[in-house]
Amino acid sequence: MLEIAVGKHLGKFTIDANITCETTGIVALFGRSGAGKTSIVNMLAGLLRPDHGRITVNGTTLFDSSQGIDLPPERRRLGYVFQEDRLFPHMTVRANLHYGLRRVPPGERTIQADQVVALLGLEGCLERRPHHLSGGEKQRVALGRALLANPRLLLMDEPLASLDQPRKDEVLPFIERLRDEMAIPIVYVSHSMPEIVRLADTMVLISDGRVEAVGTVDDLTSRLDLRPLTGRYEAGAVIEARVAGHDRDFGLTELAFAGGRLRAPHVNLPVGTRLRLRIRARDVALALEAPQRSSILNAIPATVRDIGTEEGPQVDLRLDAGGATFWARITRRSLIDLGLQPGTAVTALIKAVAIDRYSLGRSAGPGRFLGDDN
Amino acid sequence: MLTLTPLEAEALNLSLRVALWSVATSLPVGLLIAWLLARRDFIGKTALNALVHLPLVLPPVVVGYLLLVLLGREGPLGRLLFSLFGITLPFTWQGAALAAAVMAFPLMVRAMRLSLEAVDRRLEAAARTLGARPIMVFATITLPLMAPGIVVGAVLAFARGLGEFGATITFAANIPGETRTLPIALYTLIQSPGGEAAALRLTVISVVLSLAALVASEVMARRLRARMDG
Repeated sequence: MLEIAVGKHLGKFTIDANITCETTGIVALFGRSGAGKTSIVNMLAGLLRPDHGRITVNGTTLFDSSQGIDLPPERRRLGYVFQEDRLFPHMTVRANLHYGLRRVPPGERTIQADQVVALLGLEGCLERRPHHLSGGEKQRVALGRALLANPRLLLMDEPLASLDQPRKDEVLPFIERLRDEMAIPIVYVSHSMPEIVRLADTMVLISDGRVEAVGTVDDLTSRLDLRPLTGRYEAGAVIEARVAGHDRDFGLTELAFAGGRLRAPHVNLPVGTRLRLRIRARDVALALEAPQRSSILNAIPATVRDIGTEEGPQVDLRLDAGGATFWARITRRSLIDLGLQPGTAVTALIKAVAIDRYSLGRSAGPGRFLGDDN
Repeated sequence: MLTLTPLEAEALNLSLRVALWSVATSLPVGLLIAWLLARRDFIGKTALNALVHLPLVLPPVVVGYLLLVLLGREGPLGRLLFSLFGITLPFTWQGAALAAAVMAFPLMVRAMRLSLEAVDRRLEAAARTLGARPIMVFATITLPLMAPGIVVGAVLAFARGLGEFGATITFAANIPGETRTLPIALYTLIQSPGGEAAALRLTVISVVLSLAALVASEVMARRLRARMDG
């Protein structure tokens, strides 16, 4: 259990954050740049002192202004992976990795160096200095170094933000392995929705120094009232799915979800693998009848739930397909022409290619899949 | 021709001893002052900064005289040192070392402060989150990263100490075998009739010594930097 209730003035900016959530899997702090995410994580780590408040992690009080408790960072036992790698330039990779481990009492070293080196694929660069590593390697060493300090919680502040796309793709699977193979809860700061969808279970929405919502990634991304924060471009829904089959001739993968089946570009995962999809509202079109001949592969029967009240030529509709929620963005004119209202039965047309391959992350928890055909 | 006369050997020996001791004893103090100036905010910081830099702008004779006033047998500090520890500084080689240290202090502090200010504090924060106490962070991160600056500061102070004249002759006088360092021996030779040849030899020794110190500092700093990047 992670409990944060802190306030701090930083010049004209005020942070007033209240977060209570379970520390299982990855908890994502999401918000735009300058929303105060990093400040909150720094307060958690002990690098920034709140004006008042209380921070506890799994029953251990790290900070409590009313009791005068303020553990220094070195006694908080929280691993921190920063946006920049922050590797020690005068030490080899091996010495960097051992820096935190050395300071853990031998009896408490549940995470060992060999294990981490293998997990992060660092065998080849142990004797090198950070100066000679690629950006992706540096960030992997930083991950390993924080992990080897045997922390009770791992903090990651936009660990991929300073990397280009190929390096991001290189490091992301390692973070997934860390999530799946290590029993360490992670607090992950990001302003990238695809990253969060791929990695996180719980999401904390932060705006202007305040916590706007805490909940599962699926719930928060499908809530209409949070749309101004998730952004219009980002508008979309997260859907739990399962690999149902592969069509190798056409390079397609069939995915089963609560509302039916979707075809996506081939994903190299075994049948039965659970994963999450992100379907953006702008990639969904609506028809009153299922088109007979169409180039669009995915036609899903659905019901209109809500209609957005935003001004402008476009409008977002929330759809329900067998319990799965997703969004469609259409023009206001189409809305009138088709006479769409809450309760109208429609066919949602989703371009197969519109399913973002980047969001095909593994589902974190088994048992959350709502499939009806297994 | 290439062997040193006993007089030259004595002056050279003494100079090296005075300069080494002045650097060795002032290094920890210099590090502390550099750290205070670079990392701390306190009342009187500007005054401390000015005091440290004073020997750079004051005539060396004035510094020597002030030391004499403070640390002489009748001076407030000198009396204390003598009654507590039996230490006398004026007119001793230890006094010469002190005079050299004071004169070289601004150079040393400046070099160390600059290198300390260049240390990335985010690395120190990272070390804290990895479980290192502040003192360990200083020893394992800060100190190694500022090492090139410490070397440069020490060598500069050493070279400055070798050449110290004004404050030394005022505070420690010109005592053969005790406080007659190279520059003072040189000055004495120039003052005495027929000493030009001997003075020239001492000049050559001084030049060689200073050049060697500068080259050594450059080599060491380069090696340290290479270790950092390599």
